[in-house]
Amino acid sequence: MHIPSLTIDAVRDGLLARRFSAAELAAEALGFAEAENAKTNAYLHFSPDRALATARRVDEQIARGEEIGPLAGVPVAVKDVVVTKGVRTTCGSKLLANYVPPYDATAVVRIEQAGGMVIGKTNCDEFAMGSSNENSAFGPVRNPVAPDRVPGGSSGGSAVAVAQGTAVVALGSDTGGSVRQPASFCGVVGVTPTYGRVSRYGLTAFASSLDHIGPFGRSVKDVATVLGVIAGRDPCDATSAEAPVPHYAALLDGNVKGLKLGLPREYLNGLTSETGALIHRGVESFRRLGCEVREISLPATDYAIACYYIIATAEASSNLARYDGVRYTLRSRHAETLADMYRNTRGEGFGAECKRRIMLGTYVLSAGYYDAYYLKAQRVRALIARDFAKAFQEVDAIVAPVSPFPAFRLGEKIDDPIAMYLSDIYTITGSLAGIPCMSVPCGATAEGLPVGMQILTGHFAETTMFRLADAFERTQREKGD
Amino acid sequence: MKITEKEVRYVAGLANLALTDAEVAKFQSDLNGILEHMDRLNEIDTTGVEPMAQVLFGAGETATLRDDVVVPPLGNDAALANAPQPGAGYFKVPQVIER
Repeated sequence: MHIPSLTIDAVRDGLLARRFSAAELAAEALGFAEAENAKTNAYLHFSPDRALATARRVDEQIARGEEIGPLAGVPVAVKDVVVTKGVRTTCGSKLLANYVPPYDATAVVRIEQAGGMVIGKTNCDEFAMGSSNENSAFGPVRNPVAPDRVPGGSSGGSAVAVAQGTAVVALGSDTGGSVRQPASFCGVVGVTPTYGRVSRYGLTAFASSLDHIGPFGRSVKDVATVLGVIAGRDPCDATSAEAPVPHYAALLDGNVKGLKLGLPREYLNGLTSETGALIHRGVESFRRLGCEVREISLPATDYAIACYYIIATAEASSNLARYDGVRYTLRSRHAETLADMYRNTRGEGFGAECKRRIMLGTYVLSAGYYDAYYLKAQRVRALIARDFAKAFQEVDAIVAPVSPFPAFRLGEKIDDPIAMYLSDIYTITGSLAGIPCMSVPCGATAEGLPVGMQILTGHFAETTMFRLADAFERTQREKGD
Repeated sequence: MKITEKEVRYVAGLANLALTDAEVAKFQSDLNGILEHMDRLNEIDTTGVEPMAQVLFGAGETATLRDDVVVPPLGNDAALANAPQPGAGYFKVPQVIER
């Protein structure tokens, strides 16, 4: 077996034809991932015991002739903000360097029930705050395509694990673009489902009204399969949706003729020329597939960054209050009084970006500023959501860039928080509206840097999004990209 | 200047965050830049727009509560396993109340 080119179907076929066992695949995948990790720092730690336990269960099912799950024997990487019982979960933070969760996230439970083998936990920006993966307390992740460049963030490790081929699929989390942007930078597929489509139980909270768990894969079909496994109501998350989960992967037939697509004019101004050319070429592919593409307007787009960084930091400042030296492993040695324990534990434990966001969030929520910032941002958020709702009365989906530019160099933006925040401009809007959106590779620059195309649809219209992405992916394969 | 050094220290106090003098200076400059960018929200008219606190899809789908059934809790040992200083079945902290 050639691990980096495996798909979910290939794993299934290999297992059922007895070409390899799940235990053999787990051992080989783990060895490969550990060896490759020196190049990219994509994984923070590995979970061989869990992977092998799942593998043995899958092998026993096959030996008994029982039906195997949709992810049987598939090596899966999980972002280290998603808790795993008995396996260290650091959130990329010094504060949680030794935290071993006492329970599993629902998405992880569902992956394992479906036969997926969790091989390790992936590196990320601290508490998922960042767009470059440089905010990890355990060192940055390198882009496998160009090692002097970032993989994107915050789910950089998960994107790289899939791009390098050490995992077939991976789980990431997306609050303002943290799945789509690294997918775009690394040349893989990444999905942010409808808010509430996947349970957030066990996803370490950053901004609760914006947080999503979403899958990465090397094909649209693979991410569609993973979403089908992890989606659905969970009694442990009151915001998880009751809506029935379609069999996404079975609905991909390559026929998208007659679908109406919107191209938002506000998303085309700030692109580098190469990204712009690739997006336009992608739009032409959709036209050739028989889609009707029309220009649309999402006028509130210009206000999205300001809106997002108020709401997200406000929620983060509340969510991160729990790391106070009482319950979560780290306590400052300078803790003579209760107040000193709080202040010093947090001062020593959090990295620069988390502190910046805690400060900003606390400020915008503080007396005298709440109305001007937080409440105003919530009203603007409603306008952004309204723009999308109006657009989806006219079109079935929106196509857009994921990022204004391809992967940037390590260190290029780390000292300029505003430049870093502005790089999220095209992903943040979908997050604020809570609609499903994904990144699908649409080519590479002359230097070979991948560029992703974003596809967005209305709430719970993931099927349309996947069908479009799959049809588009087929045209890319024909081009040999 | 949108935010003074004194305000930065005040906000850090509200957030229970010990900052070095260098961090105070850095965050004052960063926050000023970011807040200036956020001022553009004043350009957009939101008269009569309800604040959006949550993505909701109508009461039927998401505003559902689970059945009120007692399930086994985490248990004392598991809950305390990550405590920096457990003791006698509790989380211990520095003395709060003077005798």
